[in-house]
Amino acid sequence: MMIQWLWITALHVAPKWLESLVEQLFAALPVWLTSNLTPTDATDFIVWPLLQIGVMLLIVLTVVAYLTLAERKVSAWIQVRVGPNRTGPLGLLQPAADGIKLLIKEDVIPFKADKVVFTLAPIISMVCAFIVLAVLPYGPHYASITNINIGLLFILSVSSVGVLGIILGGWASNSKYPLLGALRSSAQMVSYEAAIGLTIVSALIFTRTFSMQGIVEAQRSLGVWFILFLFPSFIVFLVSAVAETNRAPFDLAEAESELVGGFHTEYSGFRFSIFFIAEYTNMVVVSAIAATLYLGGWYVPGMDWVAAQLPAAYREAALTLMGVTAFSIKCGAILYLFIWMRWTFPRYRYDQLMELGWKWLMPAALANIVLTATIFILGKELGLVRSVKGVLEMAWQGKVFFTVAGFLSLFPILALLNAINRNSRSFNLRAQRTTIPLSTRKVKLSPGVKPA
Amino acid sequence: MTFQQLLFIGFAALVLGGGIAVVLLRNPLYGAFALITSFVGLSALYVMMGAQFIGAAQIVVYAGAIMMLFVFVIMLLNVRADEERPPRHRFLVWLAAPLALLLSAGLWLAVAGVQGDRAPSGEAGTVERVGKNLMTRYLLPFELTSVLILLAVVGALHLAKREKE
Repeated sequence: MMIQWLWITALHVAPKWLESLVEQLFAALPVWLTSNLTPTDATDFIVWPLLQIGVMLLIVLTVVAYLTLAERKVSAWIQVRVGPNRTGPLGLLQPAADGIKLLIKEDVIPFKADKVVFTLAPIISMVCAFIVLAVLPYGPHYASITNINIGLLFILSVSSVGVLGIILGGWASNSKYPLLGALRSSAQMVSYEAAIGLTIVSALIFTRTFSMQGIVEAQRSLGVWFILFLFPSFIVFLVSAVAETNRAPFDLAEAESELVGGFHTEYSGFRFSIFFIAEYTNMVVVSAIAATLYLGGWYVPGMDWVAAQLPAAYREAALTLMGVTAFSIKCGAILYLFIWMRWTFPRYRYDQLMELGWKWLMPAALANIVLTATIFILGKELGLVRSVKGVLEMAWQGKVFFTVAGFLSLFPILALLNAINRNSRSFNLRAQRTTIPLSTRKVKLSPGVKPA
Repeated sequence: MTFQQLLFIGFAALVLGGGIAVVLLRNPLYGAFALITSFVGLSALYVMMGAQFIGAAQIVVYAGAIMMLFVFVIMLLNVRADEERPPRHRFLVWLAAPLALLLSAGLWLAVAGVQGDRAPSGEAGTVERVGKNLMTRYLLPFELTSVLILLAVVGALHLAKREKE
């Protein structure tokens, strides 16, 4: 039985030297394994992606390590301190020192902990954080590992499993603070995941595809970044993304002053650092999604023109180089924004957090879907945009129309939020000040209990 | 054996192993784990058949949302692991073998007629096709399902609000 994997097309053909190498390797392998697999397919679908994954893992791990340093440096700068500066020049070797310290620390498993789950929880967290890296569009051509039809959906689904790691880690520790932290963090992540999912829907109206490369290509063919068309959606995404990664001002899961350290209180040494790496990888992933959906991914207006000026032989390489650079700069900017937020805003209260998620971001995302769809249909009826085989085409009038409409749609959304939350006491200081009638404040006794 | 078959066997083993583990493990939390493993394998099988959207939905809905609920309930009720319960209906054990035989026979009858050369089309399960079908051919069931879910939400709200009067 011959099954062709027609629905998975190789994003790019692997280089020739690798193919010849695989061909030589095939001679050494048993026939039953290689009988139905041509060396070309094996190179394109197995060997080359594995190589890319290896390189990508190395790069992302380095980025994550230096992200911790960046966090400390930026926080120091914000608080007018120096920050780590003793390990290596400017403290640049600090991540290595931290890693070695965590590696050689004693690995403690609490006596009463559920040992299997306790070991498994960080692994689940890390695996879910790392799998997602496979579908991110780092750049055109060679700089991207895979391009699956369901890219964005895949990211959402895997990150919804990633919450399990946190819950199980908190539960398996068999201790009060981790359990409280895990409950908080999972409730938070589940509710903000809903907001993220809804806000992405409004972006999909313009992207017309789930594929991450397709989203970048959609922006490339129009020559704009979708942040112009989808400004409200971008804001909702950014806020939910901070909450989704459990970072300040939404870091109730590990609120140091209340819960010691949250779900990873009982973890030590390398297990703790695995949770840490997963958290920072999630940050990178979330910022990469934001950069792809709203900031054009690896696309910068004008990069095609620059590439066209170069001789044909260098065109592809130049495009790749520019794409990867642009993507890293955009991700870096969003990551910096995350760090900046963490060291600027005070932590939210738990009820405020839940209210922000359910009463502000969810209605905003829902209203934005309706508004964006209406604007899109309006633009279509006016003849400003038309869809040719799933790809949008519009002239500059269309772009101006959608940009203006996108920014204007902020106002109805804000009006709706105001209408919903006018009487809410969590954020509204005036509502907080009004005295609450005594009758509602009384503690209600259960029937049968006599008041003292 | 081809490489594709090797992959299929691997994922099928994941599904079956997870399923068997769900039945055999006494600790409910481990059982939930095993079920998630099984779901992951199942979603991989869907993707191998070209039904990418179904594969992703499987993970989002079952492994993500529903299992999260399971794990929450297990954790909060704090079901103890080694609670040995005396089996109340011993005679049911003797029914297991005949029932399993019956099920296998039914499955065999259902599968026996299928032609072996049915290669997956690779198109039917993509997001575009599923969306188009839901919005045209299956619009009524789709809308009815959403009404059902809306009813469930309203019901849950009602139950949650009831105590405050």
